[in-house]
Amino acid sequence: MSKLKIIANGIIKDNPTFALVLGMCPTLGTTTSAINGFGMGVATMFVLIMSNIVISAVARFIPNKVRIPSYIVIISTFVTIVQLLMQAYLPSLYETLGLFIPLIVVNCIVLGRAEAFANKNTVGDSACDGLGIGLGFTLSLTVIGLVREILGSGSAFGLKFISGDGVLAFVLAPGAFIVLGYLMVLFNKFVAKKE
Amino acid sequence: MAKESTFKNMVIVLGLICLICSALLAVVYSVTEDPIADALIAKTNDAISQVLPEYDNMPGEESSLVEVNGQKYVVYTARKGESITGYAVESKAAGFGGELKLMVGFDAATGDIYNVYVISHSETPGLGAKISDNSPGNFKEQFKGFNPAEKVLKVHQEGGDVDAITASTITSKAFTSAVSSAYDVYRQLKGDSADGVTSATQTNIGGGNDE
Amino acid sequence: MEYVLIIISAIFVNNIVLSQFLGICPFLGVSKKVGTAVGMSAAVTFVMALATCVTYLLQYYVLVPLGIEFLQTVSFILVIAGLVQMVEIILKKISPSLYQALGIFLPLITTNCAVLGVALMVVQKQFGFGGEAAHFFNLGQSVVFATASAIGFGLAITLFSGIREQLELSDVPKPFRGVPIALITAGIMAMAFMGFSGIV
Repeated sequence: MSKLKIIANGIIKDNPTFALVLGMCPTLGTTTSAINGFGMGVATMFVLIMSNIVISAVARFIPNKVRIPSYIVIISTFVTIVQLLMQAYLPSLYETLGLFIPLIVVNCIVLGRAEAFANKNTVGDSACDGLGIGLGFTLSLTVIGLVREILGSGSAFGLKFISGDGVLAFVLAPGAFIVLGYLMVLFNKFVAKKE
Repeated sequence: MAKESTFKNMVIVLGLICLICSALLAVVYSVTEDPIADALIAKTNDAISQVLPEYDNMPGEESSLVEVNGQKYVVYTARKGESITGYAVESKAAGFGGELKLMVGFDAATGDIYNVYVISHSETPGLGAKISDNSPGNFKEQFKGFNPAEKVLKVHQEGGDVDAITASTITSKAFTSAVSSAYDVYRQLKGDSADGVTSATQTNIGGGNDE
Repeated sequence: MEYVLIIISAIFVNNIVLSQFLGICPFLGVSKKVGTAVGMSAAVTFVMALATCVTYLLQYYVLVPLGIEFLQTVSFILVIAGLVQMVEIILKKISPSLYQALGIFLPLITTNCAVLGVALMVVQKQFGFGGEAAHFFNLGQSVVFATASAIGFGLAITLFSGIREQLELSDVPKPFRGVPIALITAGIMAMAFMGFSGIV
């Protein structure tokens, strides 16, 4: 499999949100605006790439029975690094994303890719997989955030195009579920069919 | 593939991973420690500069602790030349989603609220989160120039003069009560300890002023 | 009185699944049958209360005194993973029948973000109920909050599984089948739960 194919797979065929349906908590919780969704996606992508690289490099040395705890420690280390860096250099984004940054640890995507891909592939391929899945996740989150922002606040990427509020429900919890549900329907109808 | 899962192997590998990871984190922590502290100070200074009238000192470095009704508040003093022009009071209240932290600035002479800055909140996006909205006609605007001595610092529903955010009465009440306790601190500073405001102790925590 | 407010708030007003978006994976994953949903929520309640208690003590008696709060995420997730394993082993020895009922759900709980989420929430966020000033929870309040949050999770997932059992029998358009219709249903449920907002 070529590296490009691996990356493309992560974006469409194995899209973590719409095809694999993994990592739903941050997908719903942080997509109140396109920027927030994008920020969360990038943070997750960083953790994914780094943990994929490290795990594929050390997987050979880890006894099978302590596999999962070892992966969790490695992943949570990178999550904490992201957390500290964000706090230092992007404090306002850190505040908005809040609790969901440490929760990247239990994002099933990261552990899932470690188990399903990184521990049986080379470092290079694993990095590409992390990048592809990460891009797919970022893209999905940005799209969901954008739709919710347009409908709910009448703005796109923070730029307001109508005065006043949009349909508030879309910024609130119910809107998250409903927007994701309908986007998934569209994905099933148009994208998944082509594959 | 993977190494054999003997007890010795497992302990060594897991121990080693934990050791390396915590060492790595300690390094990253020590590198980011200062920038994190700086970001916090920058945020406080930004808040102060937005809520205080004209000054020529560094209010961020002239802070003191004031105790009102058993709660401690951090107050930053603004001066221009010899005279005090304003006070910025850090105040908090329990909002709808958690803690709500404000910086409230007062004009030292008149007691008017100069401006209010939302330091942090965890209110619902689209509803309570509007307290930090900066677009024209926002919720915070009505507090500019508000004099709590002349008007009542309570939402309309409770007979006050504050317009609550639609569908976010709890947040609006919390915001208003934080402003109101900041005003108690202001009155304390002006030596006007009327109803309820008792036992003041003021300790200076800011460095190097010649007061 | 404060405990009552914490319980009502955690179960209904700030429902962990429907308004905080924590624990969505099991919420969608194990909600096809009412029976499994009830089993899962029982296991989550048990682990969440225990985990919050342990991580609370860890935070205030180990991490804070030593000044190593930056290891919070790493140590919390390790404690939870270890705890889940331990509960599994003990349960197997002491009560095989209970193990039979809850056993299969236990490994899934490590990656249930609701458990880590609640453990982090009680040490990071300040709460205030009934008009009093916001403050950090003490141990008792933390455990009550964790238990109530887990009950909220149980309530949401049980109600949801009831609806999904009905959905199985109805004729859903093809692109909607599976997760999408479940999400839209959850959205409508979340809307219903919004009706509770403001009562505490």
